[in-house]
Amino acid sequence: MPQKRKKNGIGRTVGLIFLAFASLALIIKALMHGHNIALFNSKGMIAYDERNLIIFTAVVLLSVALPTLFVLFFTAWRYRESNSKATHNPNAVHNKLLVPAIWLIPTACMLVLALVMWPATHRLEPQKQIDESVEPLTIQVVSTRWKWLFIYPEQNIATVNFVQLPVNTPVEFELTADDAPMSSFWIPNLSGQLYTMTGMVNRLNLMATVAGDYPGSSAEINGAGFAEMKFTARASSRADFDQWVQQTKQSPKVLDAAAYSALLKPSENNPPAFYAATESGLYDTVVMRYMGPSDGHPNHSHGHHE
Amino acid sequence: MVKEHETENHEAQADDRVAFGFWVYLMTDLLMFAVLFATFAVLRGNTFGGPALRELFSLPLALTETLILLTSSFTAGLGMLAVRRGSKNQVLTWFGITFLLGLAFLGFELKEFAEFIHEGHTWQSSASLSSFFTLVGTHGLHITSGLLWMGTTLVFIWKRGLNSHLVRKLTLLSLFWHFLDIVWIFIFTVVYLMAYV
Amino acid sequence: MKEILLGKLNGHALPHEWFTIGGTVAFVLLALFAVIVLTWTKRWTWLWKEWLTSVDPKKIGIMYFLVAGFMLLRGGLDAIMIWLQQALSSGASHGYLSADHFQQIFTAHGNIMVFFVAMGFVFGLINYIVPLQIGARDLASPFLNTLGFWLYIGGVIMVNMFFALGGEYAATGWLAIAPLSETQFSPGVGVDYWIWSLQISGIGTTLGGINFVMTILKMRAKGMTLWKMPMFTWGSLCSMLMVITVFPLLTATLFLLFLDRYFGMHFFTTGSGGNAMMYTNLIWMWGHPEVYILVLPAFGVFSEVVSAFSRKRLASYKSQVAGLIGVTVFALSVWLHHFFTMGAGADVNAFFGVMTMVIAIPTSVLVFGWIATMYKGRIRFTTPMLWFLGFIATFSLGGLAGVMLAVPPADFQLHNSLFLVAHFHTMVIGGVLFGIFCGINYWFPKIAGFRLNERIGRYSFWFWIVGFFVAFVPLYVLGLMGATRRLDHYDASTGWQPLFIMSFIGGLIIMVGVALQVVQIIASVIQKRQLRDTTGDPWDGRTLEWATASPPPFYNFAVIPEVTTRDAYFEIKQNGGLPKPKYEDIRMPRNTAAGIYVAAFAFIASFAFVWHINWLAIAGIVGVILCLIIRTFNEDTEYTITAAEVEKLEERRQKKHAAAKPPEDAEDMGLWEFIKIVVTWALDVIRNKRWRTW
Repeated sequence: MPQKRKKNGIGRTVGLIFLAFASLALIIKALMHGHNIALFNSKGMIAYDERNLIIFTAVVLLSVALPTLFVLFFTAWRYRESNSKATHNPNAVHNKLLVPAIWLIPTACMLVLALVMWPATHRLEPQKQIDESVEPLTIQVVSTRWKWLFIYPEQNIATVNFVQLPVNTPVEFELTADDAPMSSFWIPNLSGQLYTMTGMVNRLNLMATVAGDYPGSSAEINGAGFAEMKFTARASSRADFDQWVQQTKQSPKVLDAAAYSALLKPSENNPPAFYAATESGLYDTVVMRYMGPSDGHPNHSHGHHE
Repeated sequence: MVKEHETENHEAQADDRVAFGFWVYLMTDLLMFAVLFATFAVLRGNTFGGPALRELFSLPLALTETLILLTSSFTAGLGMLAVRRGSKNQVLTWFGITFLLGLAFLGFELKEFAEFIHEGHTWQSSASLSSFFTLVGTHGLHITSGLLWMGTTLVFIWKRGLNSHLVRKLTLLSLFWHFLDIVWIFIFTVVYLMAYV
Repeated sequence: MKEILLGKLNGHALPHEWFTIGGTVAFVLLALFAVIVLTWTKRWTWLWKEWLTSVDPKKIGIMYFLVAGFMLLRGGLDAIMIWLQQALSSGASHGYLSADHFQQIFTAHGNIMVFFVAMGFVFGLINYIVPLQIGARDLASPFLNTLGFWLYIGGVIMVNMFFALGGEYAATGWLAIAPLSETQFSPGVGVDYWIWSLQISGIGTTLGGINFVMTILKMRAKGMTLWKMPMFTWGSLCSMLMVITVFPLLTATLFLLFLDRYFGMHFFTTGSGGNAMMYTNLIWMWGHPEVYILVLPAFGVFSEVVSAFSRKRLASYKSQVAGLIGVTVFALSVWLHHFFTMGAGADVNAFFGVMTMVIAIPTSVLVFGWIATMYKGRIRFTTPMLWFLGFIATFSLGGLAGVMLAVPPADFQLHNSLFLVAHFHTMVIGGVLFGIFCGINYWFPKIAGFRLNERIGRYSFWFWIVGFFVAFVPLYVLGLMGATRRLDHYDASTGWQPLFIMSFIGGLIIMVGVALQVVQIIASVIQKRQLRDTTGDPWDGRTLEWATASPPPFYNFAVIPEVTTRDAYFEIKQNGGLPKPKYEDIRMPRNTAAGIYVAAFAFIASFAFVWHINWLAIAGIVGVILCLIIRTFNEDTEYTITAAEVEKLEERRQKKHAAAKPPEDAEDMGLWEFIKIVVTWALDVIRNKRWRTW
């Protein structure tokens, strides 16, 4: 079929493509400006480590992929039909080194990544304590429909849709859910996410390094109120944290069984709430409720996730 | 002469193809059972406070069912030998016995289910019982389909005689029947015997 | 009494919201239009005899294309609605959709695109092309083929049925993760429609998988060993082997969820010992291989296209095949990477991370193989080659994102974010969809007898690729900003809205690309005489399908050629062309309506399961069994065409071919020319009231 090839057609096309990519990049950069690029705006130790891993992986992959793409597009251009300068050999038998090369290059790349990824995965395992020698501050989390309940067992206070923690202090979140589908507990500025499931306790360890207010949300769909299931995580100095705990203990509200039942009722956009005291063993009751009938004796051998 | 040979060749190729395709189907059925077995393995202990399965099972009953099914596989094998000999009456006899044994197997299984339900242990009671009823029940449904297949094929053989088309059918059916027997062996082992381990 | 008769059906199930009324009306109008056209042109018998009851894989393939194309528009409409909602719903504004409705839309969008668009197009291509490539006349089981197609149609109807009855679809995401999909949290019929539309079309897919595996392994032309098969056939074989391995897992898992919902069982419930994590594992053990099922035939297409348009045989054929097999095998070992964040522990997570990286290796090998094929080739930049280059540009970058996601601690931040959404759309659009478009442009002359308009094809490609980058690069960025997927609303303070708007604009550009593809087809039909393929081999192809006429006769080959090498047809051409045919009797399968009847009863049973109408479910099952018994005990399913008849048919075809006028050598129509022709035609019709003579 007839194909008109304008002079310098390829040059123009390549130029246009570069221009398009450049404009795309510039527009996006402008739109991003001034906002919380949460995954790169790390305010906690774990998030910072995860961020570096993301960047490292991207750099390694791009260093192999970009040259490959360049070679591919260059080859396609050079051996185009209209280029009489290029040799054409329809029965070319490839170089004996080709097959080992095309298997070894990607294997080497993946090997490098795997060698970094394996120890990183162990280092950044959410259940792993930040510092083996320091007992973390425990905060128990119950995801319900559609709000987050935080119980501080050591301080005997509780909050809804708000959590405060001291900077430079290892914190361990004990995650579970009640009367709700699976959710995912996520404060991207501080660390990666972890699922909350009924009858299970997942542990997420993190440590904030910069004071501030950080958005938290559910990263897993759990019903109509999913998008509104947001909370604020406030990292503050130790002194401010202690003061806040004392303040909360003055709250008129108490998280007794009745208040908890009210929380279980589906609701969206709950404003932050503060409870001066919690029913003892509430969290454990919530978790154990899924192990066996509430009246009978608990079941043996239940593969429950720790 | 050449035409006959071509038809025979065509038939043989078709036979080979259909048998191969049926094996592939059996593998997909096996994978489906694998999911049910895996689910049972994970959930068998989740009785949510209820009795463990070993407290409900009757091993003699399970053993009886196993022996019935094994015998039926044997009689099906005898039926296939009769097919090779071209003896229509023997085919009907041996597969007829297989059919009755299959019915007996189903009868015992339904009896076991009825007892559990009567005592209040239904598939709604717990994950453990859900997975038990589903795994064993699905096998029972397969046996039922096999019996339906067997019954209709025997009726057609009785009316049309042993033609190549029906012989092919019977071959696939016997493959199916042996397959179900093997799955039952796994059920007997994993569900019943291992409950006592 | 009413409950026994109608189950959960009642008046409230009838459409009473704007979108259910709108959807019902739209489908009813479409159906009415079809009925009117068929009646006016007296084509009912023709439709039934020539198409609906046909077992010819060429016809079934075309029907798959048409339905998949229609579903592409349906799913694309969902996409526009999603884009629009997310572009609007910032801060005080909550857009125009309720949260629940929005969640139903993206669930339907995902299901439709994966099950009915991608699978439909892939099955269409495999049906049409594979028998031609291996020198077969039909698939191993023509009955299973038509049954599989009609089960697919049953799924298509079921996924749209909620508009007319029930008013809701699943609002759980495309895989309906438990326990959100259990009755406790999804009490309506939406999830039940979800279960059964996937279940019946899934069983259809499994039957198709068995059929294609049988065909490829047992019905190749004499001399075509496995190592001589074309790459598209290899891609299809690997894909179908995966289908038969993992679709039974989906069937079983959907069955278990159904048991929970219908019979009150406790596999995945929150209480009574249920284990929802089990569902996540089972559904992804199917779900991950599924995406490779879709992409392997696309890889096959690209290998064919690169080789054909480089005028060079495929470099490192063995490595490419090993690459396909490698992907197939390892696809079964990576499923946990979809839920690193569920908390399985570092050892498990790291293992699956490594396995996921391993898959990147055979995929890269394929890319290097394509480069080596182009090296010292003589490349023609036809539309299929453009789609290949577009695939490379997008798929490789999406693949990089994938390897990033394969690092568990990185995934802890990226899971369920828009980065993930951008990644998988890059893979499915850049890989599967571009592969399908490439394949359709490549094989269109074979299927229709004339090739597609190249000019408008190029325009559609550029709109697609520009639109794709404008739509999805912002989503990668949004993911890095911490934006979660599936949100119907977000705070203005996040600053995400401009990027969502940009993504929406990209979506509009893509829609222009889609419109141009439709225009391309219409323009090609208008110009079909000059685009006609007279030789059967318009691209100077290398594989056997190019050895037939365009379109091929219903028996594909009058005489099945003998094969001695790879690139069988290229070899035949080098040796002076096909030998003089020695005609033989051909046995062909008869058309049958059995597939339609079985699928119809299966649909009835599924519908009954959705609405808890027990008697109807039993009736449906009984119907399926009866129809299967009638069909399988039918011994007269084939007929013979004698050698003399074949010779006559061939002579008639060749005479017609020789008498046809040679195509004029003119340029492919451009867009402006197309618009002028359409406007002129429309004005002519109106002025001269031409509808009176239709």
